[in-house]
Amino acid sequence: MRGILSIGTYLPHYRLDLAQVSAFLGSGGRKGFRTVASYDEDTTTMGFEAARRCLRGSTVSPEQLIFSTVTPAYVDRTNATAIFAALGLPRSVVAYDTNGSVRSLSGAFGSALHGTRTALVIGADIRSGSPTGVDESAGGDGASAALIGSDSDGPLLAEHVATASCTDEFVDRWRTPGDTRSKLWEERFGEVKYLENATSAWTDLLRIANVSADQITVAVSGLHSRAVRAVGGRLKAAHTIDDHSTKIGTGGAAQPLLLLNDLIHNAQTNELIALMVLSDGAEVHLFRRTSLQVSPQIPTVAAQVATGSPVSYGKFLSWRGVLPVEPPRRPEPARASSSASDRNEAWKFGFVAGRDSNDGTITMPPAQMGASGEPLETRPMAEVLGTVATYTIDRLAYSPSPPIVFAVVDFDGGGRLPIELADTSPDEVRVGDRVEMTFRKLGTADGIHNYFWKARPIRNAEGNA
Amino acid sequence: MASRGIRDRVAIVGMGCTPFAEHWDKGIDELLIDAAKETWASAGVDRNDIDAYWFGTAQSAMSGIAVARPLRLLNKPVTRVENYCATGSEALRQACYAVACGAYDSAMAIGVEKVKDGGYQGLNAFPIPSDGTQRTLTAAAMFSMVIPAYAKKYGIDEDRIRTVAARIASKNHANGAKNPKAQFRKEMSVDAICAMPAVAGRLGVFDCAGVADGAAAAIVVRAEDAHHYTDKPLYVKALSFVAGNGEGLSDPSYDYTTFPECVETARDAYAQAGITDPLRELAMAEVHDCFTPTELVLMEDLGFVERGMAWKACEDGLFDRDGILPVNPDGGLKSFGHPTGASGLRMMYEAWLQLRGEAPPERAIATASRGLALTHNLGGYPGEMVSFVSILGNALG
Repeated sequence: MRGILSIGTYLPHYRLDLAQVSAFLGSGGRKGFRTVASYDEDTTTMGFEAARRCLRGSTVSPEQLIFSTVTPAYVDRTNATAIFAALGLPRSVVAYDTNGSVRSLSGAFGSALHGTRTALVIGADIRSGSPTGVDESAGGDGASAALIGSDSDGPLLAEHVATASCTDEFVDRWRTPGDTRSKLWEERFGEVKYLENATSAWTDLLRIANVSADQITVAVSGLHSRAVRAVGGRLKAAHTIDDHSTKIGTGGAAQPLLLLNDLIHNAQTNELIALMVLSDGAEVHLFRRTSLQVSPQIPTVAAQVATGSPVSYGKFLSWRGVLPVEPPRRPEPARASSSASDRNEAWKFGFVAGRDSNDGTITMPPAQMGASGEPLETRPMAEVLGTVATYTIDRLAYSPSPPIVFAVVDFDGGGRLPIELADTSPDEVRVGDRVEMTFRKLGTADGIHNYFWKARPIRNAEGNA
Repeated sequence: MASRGIRDRVAIVGMGCTPFAEHWDKGIDELLIDAAKETWASAGVDRNDIDAYWFGTAQSAMSGIAVARPLRLLNKPVTRVENYCATGSEALRQACYAVACGAYDSAMAIGVEKVKDGGYQGLNAFPIPSDGTQRTLTAAAMFSMVIPAYAKKYGIDEDRIRTVAARIASKNHANGAKNPKAQFRKEMSVDAICAMPAVAGRLGVFDCAGVADGAAAAIVVRAEDAHHYTDKPLYVKALSFVAGNGEGLSDPSYDYTTFPECVETARDAYAQAGITDPLRELAMAEVHDCFTPTELVLMEDLGFVERGMAWKACEDGLFDRDGILPVNPDGGLKSFGHPTGASGLRMMYEAWLQLRGEAPPERAIATASRGLALTHNLGGYPGEMVSFVSILGNALG
């Protein structure tokens, strides 16, 4: 029996109050909020954050890592490999991307369910569009990941019952390579098409699984909000769950597994749950919830939806590159060296320090030689929490979003690193604050993204450890 | 294993220093020529009388050719050295050792920095290809962490320490105002310094050293030959240097209230020179006041006052030009400006003037008769720095 071994979601810390759009530009926006990836996040870093949370919930190691996004950090090279490296997975793990549309995520997920290997499927997205536009207000940023395998690998949260698909070729939204925003066909056409597609897949599913609609709790995922609402009403399911879109927006490639996470979290033992994904057709995955409890190590969707800090519309626009602000008058950092990054992969991506077994001293970055001249042992630090020993605000240093909040962090169990803080502000940080490590993009130079780690304040409401 | 020093074996017999300023009309060639000519003249020699040159620049040029070409040197060994902001001191240190060991009869240390052609504020490190994980923080931010750490350690209100820092800047501005070669020649009140725009932490613009172009140089010969060049040589009593291993950055016990590299270089230099009570034996000290809290901590690290007492000593004016031990009587990095490759030599230039009684009356220190000066030059930042200390004296023994 195949199914879900674990599932985790990452929502970025910042929230945009969409009433700000109209206040700023005179039109656009809507009631409610959306999530906003910080300036130092992209789909790769968020995908990693979702993946690490997911893996906290299972002892099973993935044999396959599939990363899916509509907004990849790179094209013509793989993004999944950075996530693979940050997770510190063994080289035998197959890691690849399935990018391009939300359907890619659903397809990869379905393939994993029908496959034989344990697979970590990750969906991440940064949704934006023209200022005042529909996509800007409807979208939300985030990532979600599911670990898929069989009950012989480990206990399942949900057993896969059946998947049904309806593939269709029609143009309701599109973006040519290089464009930063998508364009939309008039809404009614897509609504009608998705209703047809969803009805077709749903009918097939009920027949294959030999169940009736009123036995199933369903979540409908899709970028076409009218179609999502219409389909939800048409399926005659026992219950259609709230997609949180008024609070966090619609997460594109991140949304399907986010909704599945919510379904799993809230379902009773033996409850049938279905994830319907509307993207260039429809695809629906049916599961039966087991009695296995979701790991308390994994922050719930609801807890993450309920928290966050506001970000101004101006800052949102500048973070997305729509409104570039004056940089500090300092040289921009040089591009990260590929060969140096490769040599130091365990440190740069995995945040693995060195530990001197003679005296217990932890060095970050790892020293090549201990005080006694012996090589050091490795010491993974990514999951180790720390405390702010002292901090400062650097208003002069180059940053994509100045000023830099910088702290000297002492790690639990030893080790100290002066490091930049993420998801905070100059007036928020205090000596003694507890922090966790987060994988971020320090900047981009010559098109090379410089991934490394920052520390961020632990906010219990977000369900951090 | 020992740091034996070369006490009284080498003497400085000529020095020169350009004004430190925004020299929009001068490149390093002009600055080097200005400093070299003044220095040759000061020792009564010409370029051919100098056997070897040590050239300090952090990042304005590469190789000895950058000196040999503008100075039109023929068949002379010119060694380029670099050691962060202590580069100028390092050039002198190498020149002294070369003469002391007998390899050359005379040597010139010359340092220069042309920072104002970069187009950016502050100092900027030359980018070395890396994995991108290094800190990109400014030195100002790293040193700014001293103020809250110091205040907390000694239980003093942080605002008071911040004011002490401003007083240090104000003192150095008052000294620099009397120095025709200084970059900033305006007195600044404590209130005005505190009101400046924030740069990092509690530090404002005027808590930071001036960034200037400039050059300085010194000629060294064996001590027994010194009087062939001048009646008033400065004897090298001690030279000490430590390159930190960066452990402070990863050591949880490091508290940002001291710079261990500076403590060690001071201890070593005092041992070489036979100094036991620096506050009363030294006539003056030129210290590396790259940021105001740096000078605060150095007053303790260099052993002038006990731990936790520097803030009070600064408040009480112990290090004012008319205090017990004048510190940075030429204005320091703060007011004189900081061309990295030249600053260490500029510090010695002030010792050269003061101990020889050549400082202008409005800036002359009353303690000159003690006959010993300390220069302290550092590079890097708390937790990971290089430190240099020299002791110079106007008499043998």
